[in-house]
Amino acid sequence: MSNTPSTLFDKVWDAHVVRKIEDGPDVFFIDRHFIHEVTSPVAFLGLESRGLNVMSPERTFATADHNTPTINQHLPVKDLLSANQLRALESNSSKYGISHWGLGNPKNGIVHVVGPENGITLPGMTIVCGDSHTSTHGAFGAIAFGIGTSEVEMVLSSQCIMQPKPKKMRINVNGKLSKAVTPKDVTLYIIAQLTTGGATGYFVEYAGDVFRNMSMEGRMTVCNMSIEMGARGGIIAPDETTFNYINGREKAPKGEAWDKALSYWKTLKTDEGATFDEEYHFDAADIEPMITYGTNPGMGMGISKNIPLATDLKGGVATYEKSLNYMGFHEGEQMKGKKIDYVFIGSCTNGRIEDFRAFASIIKGRKKADNVTAWIVPGSHIVEQQIKEEGILDILTEAGFELRQPGCSACLAMNDDKIPAGKYAVSTSNRNFEGRQGPGSRTLLASPLMAAAAAVTGMVTDPRELMEVQEEELELSYGL
Amino acid sequence: MPITNKMAYDKFTVLRSSAVPLPIENVDTDQIIPARFLKATERKEFGDNLFRDWRYNPDNSPKEDFILNNPVYSGKILVGGKNFGSGSSREHAAWAIYDYGFRCVVSSFFADIFKGNSLNIGILPVQVSAEFLDRIFTAIEADPKTELEVNLPEQTITILATGEQESFDINGYKKHNMINGFDDIDYLQAMKDEVNTFAAKSLY
Ligand code: SF4
Repeated sequence: MSNTPSTLFDKVWDAHVVRKIEDGPDVFFIDRHFIHEVTSPVAFLGLESRGLNVMSPERTFATADHNTPTINQHLPVKDLLSANQLRALESNSSKYGISHWGLGNPKNGIVHVVGPENGITLPGMTIVCGDSHTSTHGAFGAIAFGIGTSEVEMVLSSQCIMQPKPKKMRINVNGKLSKAVTPKDVTLYIIAQLTTGGATGYFVEYAGDVFRNMSMEGRMTVCNMSIEMGARGGIIAPDETTFNYINGREKAPKGEAWDKALSYWKTLKTDEGATFDEEYHFDAADIEPMITYGTNPGMGMGISKNIPLATDLKGGVATYEKSLNYMGFHEGEQMKGKKIDYVFIGSCTNGRIEDFRAFASIIKGRKKADNVTAWIVPGSHIVEQQIKEEGILDILTEAGFELRQPGCSACLAMNDDKIPAGKYAVSTSNRNFEGRQGPGSRTLLASPLMAAAAAVTGMVTDPRELMEVQEEELELSYGL
Repeated sequence: MPITNKMAYDKFTVLRSSAVPLPIENVDTDQIIPARFLKATERKEFGDNLFRDWRYNPDNSPKEDFILNNPVYSGKILVGGKNFGSGSSREHAAWAIYDYGFRCVVSSFFADIFKGNSLNIGILPVQVSAEFLDRIFTAIEADPKTELEVNLPEQTITILATGEQESFDINGYKKHNMINGFDDIDYLQAMKDEVNTFAAKSLY
């Protein structure tokens, strides 16, 4: 085994294969399983109908996020179906002895925010959840990906799933990022280059100085969006930034266990000479603040560019036209200056403290535009608390914004926060699919800076035009 | 009785059926079933909301130009454009397709999670070349009642009217499961001791 150079991904994957099935998938062991109210109830029903038990409740964590309202969380949930799912999560958790962070629990929040925040997510782990953005946890050097409900039932009952090993891709971004270019822009840029299906079948390792220099929050944003180019997940080798982030968190190893873990974690990197099935290199200097104009996350462009012409595409013209038609945009147009109606900052992509710091850096001393409805939604109670402690809430209030309570909110239109039909939203979430934020809604994906610029001007605005003095603060916030 | 778990899927061997064409690329699972219909705690009636926002107007009247509302097209096979099933991991998307009555989805490219979910609940995803996909669309356009034959044991798909045929990939394990209606949970339960031994050595 020892001398062949191997990738980070191989090291973690191979350490979790319980059995290899010939001409079939691997039986793959799962260290941590996150569950939420939407994709778990049917899995529990399945368990019951087969008379099975939860194998490792101590490896399973439940949080309520998709359905939850983001105001008045102390009141009963009005939507009966949502309330029913939330109750099911609670009763299933208590029945099987799973720790459950329900509505009102100080640890409650979006599953991919609370996992890392509480030290549950660690390097070298395998982590799954019935939610495709589980890829977020790859930021810690874990193999983490989304699964379907049948697989949730598999993990509950046997702590394993059946997975064919994906192919390996490495994406290198080197150089210095320009002004106002955040991790969200880096990921939107990569997805625009590879297209929405460009990494299907692969697991992606992100490498190069841009990721090395990035904060954990930034790395989570990047790994989070891996699924948007079809990749099962993304992974970044753990380093001092990772270890510092984890150290001291509630569920992180302590004392001797910490030292032991640390020495293992330090081996988790791709060896010199290891090979990938596919490799890409990008130059950080080519990336500018990004915005999407279409109905999949691959339809993004630098803010100074124009919407591509159909004749410049390599095919799929009918689908392209359908998409622009839905958005009410035309090929060749600029995005800058387009009037918008809503701004959403939050989600497991950009609902962490760095994101609110970035947002605040632009709105500070300015006012919310009258034509804009803004939903400012922290990813968790811990983030909410930080927003208050750091004085960001005061900046928000002064500029005319309100802070809501944590949850998935307008990311997926399952709760009360829905963008109305035909309206435009600049959103820091991860998907601009038709109707994703509410039937008929039109989503422009962007960074918290772009969202802030839109929130104070009421239109799509290059955030660089609004930031002169703020640059230094930003460098601090994302570590760029 | 509602189907409450996937043990209830039918065995799949040879499927001969007309097909419903959906020549759109990047059909994501939010289109297949929008999030607001994921609130059930049981698996039932998801077929009613398959492609909800493409199929119905906001007042719930059917959109006449959507293919599922066109009685000329029917069958147990759905033929989609490239990169079918991207986006969210919701298995509800596969349930909706199954519950509506499809047993097979044909495309030139599938998103990973959707493909896995489909196999887990008894829908066969058949990946064909872009050229063959075009030929299927052309054949259906010429005759909406044209039949396709999907032969899982042989791993072939045939346009019966023209005899054009292509073979498709599926791993031996999943093929065996589909043909016999077995599922992974049974397999995993049968190796419980091996898993327990593995778990005992796990670092986490
Ligand atoms: S914030 Fe959005 S993407 Fe993230 S877990 Fe919630 S619904 Fe899914």
